[in-house]
Amino acid sequence: MVTTKHTLIALVEDKPGVLNRMASLFRRRSFNIESIAVGRSEVPHLSRMTIVVDGTTTMVEQVRKQLDKVVDVIKVSDITGDDMIARELALIKVKATSSTRSEIIEIVDIFRANIVDVASDSVTIEVTGDEDKINSLLNLLRGFGIKEISRTGRIAMARGASGSLPVEKKSPKAQAKGQKTSR
Amino acid sequence: MKMTGAQMICESLVREGVEVIFGILGGAILPLYDTLPQYPQLRHILVRHEQGAAHAADGYARATGKVGVCFATSGPGATNLVTGIANAHLDSVPVVAITGQVARPFIGKDAFQEVDITGITLPITKHNYLVLDVASLPSIFKEAFYLARSGRPGPVLIDVPRDVFIDQAEFHYPSKVDLPGYKPTLQGHPAQIKKAAKLINEAQRPLIIAGRGVIISGAYNELKQLAESAQIPVITTLLGISCFPESHVLSYGMLGMHGMAYANMAVDAADLIIAIGMRFDDRATAKVSGFAPHAHIIHIDIDPAEIGKNVRVDVPIVGDVKAVLQELNKLIISTEHIDWVQQLDDWRKEHPSTVIRDSEGLLPQFVIRKIYEVTQGEAIIVTGVGQNQMWAAQHYWYNKPNSLISAGGLGPMGFELPAAMGAKVGCPDETVWCIAGDGGFQMTIQELATIVQEKVAVKIAIMNNGYLGMVRQWQEMFYKKRYVATPLSGPDFVKIAEAYGFPGLRVKHKEEVVPAIEKAMEEQGPFLIDFMIEPEENVYPMVPPGAALAEVLEEPRKEVPAWSRRSTP
Repeated sequence: MVTTKHTLIALVEDKPGVLNRMASLFRRRSFNIESIAVGRSEVPHLSRMTIVVDGTTTMVEQVRKQLDKVVDVIKVSDITGDDMIARELALIKVKATSSTRSEIIEIVDIFRANIVDVASDSVTIEVTGDEDKINSLLNLLRGFGIKEISRTGRIAMARGASGSLPVEKKSPKAQAKGQKTSR
Repeated sequence: MKMTGAQMICESLVREGVEVIFGILGGAILPLYDTLPQYPQLRHILVRHEQGAAHAADGYARATGKVGVCFATSGPGATNLVTGIANAHLDSVPVVAITGQVARPFIGKDAFQEVDITGITLPITKHNYLVLDVASLPSIFKEAFYLARSGRPGPVLIDVPRDVFIDQAEFHYPSKVDLPGYKPTLQGHPAQIKKAAKLINEAQRPLIIAGRGVIISGAYNELKQLAESAQIPVITTLLGISCFPESHVLSYGMLGMHGMAYANMAVDAADLIIAIGMRFDDRATAKVSGFAPHAHIIHIDIDPAEIGKNVRVDVPIVGDVKAVLQELNKLIISTEHIDWVQQLDDWRKEHPSTVIRDSEGLLPQFVIRKIYEVTQGEAIIVTGVGQNQMWAAQHYWYNKPNSLISAGGLGPMGFELPAAMGAKVGCPDETVWCIAGDGGFQMTIQELATIVQEKVAVKIAIMNNGYLGMVRQWQEMFYKKRYVATPLSGPDFVKIAEAYGFPGLRVKHKEEVVPAIEKAMEEQGPFLIDFMIEPEENVYPMVPPGAALAEVLEEPRKEVPAWSRRSTP
């Protein structure tokens, strides 16, 4: 079975235990959650999550349906195949001496990243972009000696004008789409 | 009006139409029990183990269609409920469990009798709540009952800390729930229904597989109309039994591991499967890759997550079975499938899976058939798990709607007695027979005290073979007869009944069966019959694990083994 990386977007109630309920459904099938990012949404009391998991399309679809059943979950969509914007933020602390600092700053500029903290023997870089961009930056910085990395994991959104997750009732069209399964 | 948390709970239960609660108290839930006398309309039944409370609430709910309610205290009380909650979850039974919890300041500190029961039951409940504010109790109870009974029913647990029972707040019971994340789809999508109707109208060998969803939805008439108008044979899952009268000319029994051979053969030959309110459990489908190889599949279910989970589906319809069938029936062209039905009848003649062979010894199949005859099929049958369950499913004819209560998904031995108690409490005018094995019966035997104290007139038939019989059968067939840990001694069950304070009989011979059952029926209160059945009798037909439905094994036409059995206790 071919596994691929899936990006799920979930709109959930901002209540204790929601994350646990959702994570539990992935754990049951031994899915490793690659990243999960949660924050407030445009609707009061609702949070939006971006979950990245690796799995077969059928298995991810099954989990998506079960996530949708969690009472505190308003809606879950798999936007993997959609035209989407995906971003991640990383903080990278790199060893920097007076002789290497300028070279590091040059690289940071090329990546349109920022230096957010400078110490006598290190600099901390803030970078935003897709995973590839962050990984390339990390590769270039590795030679200087990386002291610490903190990454947010992916946040994502479908392109276009419409909000991807209307809170109101699903349209009949969306329902029919949800019912379709492959042979 | 200001009320304590405990009063709010009782008030909410009354408003939700609760009449009976099964439970055991303890320190954390004591304030709630202390309030019960203020609400005499709530009957509390003190069970002897919390597992019994959960199974009894389950049996009550299945028999009545109402929400079953159970109480337990914190810690061990709550953990003892877990098996019963998991069972209700797997079989979609509406149960609300209320557990006491240690007082809020002690939560998370490993206090005496503290356990994280909302964490433990997270994967086995439809939803659960830890109540941290007394003012939220009314809306939580309103939601809990709504969640338990609506959509695909299931258990909901409410964990209430000791000090929340005592706190006071104004009581306002909400008239409706606000759950933006929970909107069960009831009406099927018209385009899908149209597609399904087209497949049904074109099918040559259509077959209905009906499950418990038909019973939950009360779609008995709609199912019958669909079957009759297009002459479609009906088979059921184990939990679907009694959703369609088994005496009906289009009824062909149960499918699955111990289903009728002709039912399994029908699945194999059908060109269209109409699966209604069932979830393609592996005991029903056998090897999935060999399931219905020639058929298109229509799947009607209220739970979208069941669609395509186990079996490929051509036309899924998400919705309430009754509502979907009502719409579907409008589009069905009345037709006949004479050759197909004839084929099934021929298979039934050639492979008569429910014929009971002659035997010197006492056959469990014979006992079940006699219970059917004496009760005239009017009883509610509640089974344990294992051989007794399969014999009860195969050899009693279920013509009365919702007359079999059996634990399918979880398969918890020990379900029979407390569930039968719950069913009888919910339906006091019905005859309730508890069909038990000697193994499972010993797992919840303590509830005999409850049925005596509460005067619950359950009739108990123990299929006593001195083995954990279903496992022994597997050992016989697949483990070269190495009977490891399956021989089982038991007490003298008749004396046990006497000790608990009600009568019983032991039956060793065929001719004693009917008089014993009649005696049990005459008795006002509970009655126990210990049937000493053939110790190594097997359940047939059987689809071996890993095989496809068509590879069904039938009862070997062997000479009856010499009647021998261990000495009776």
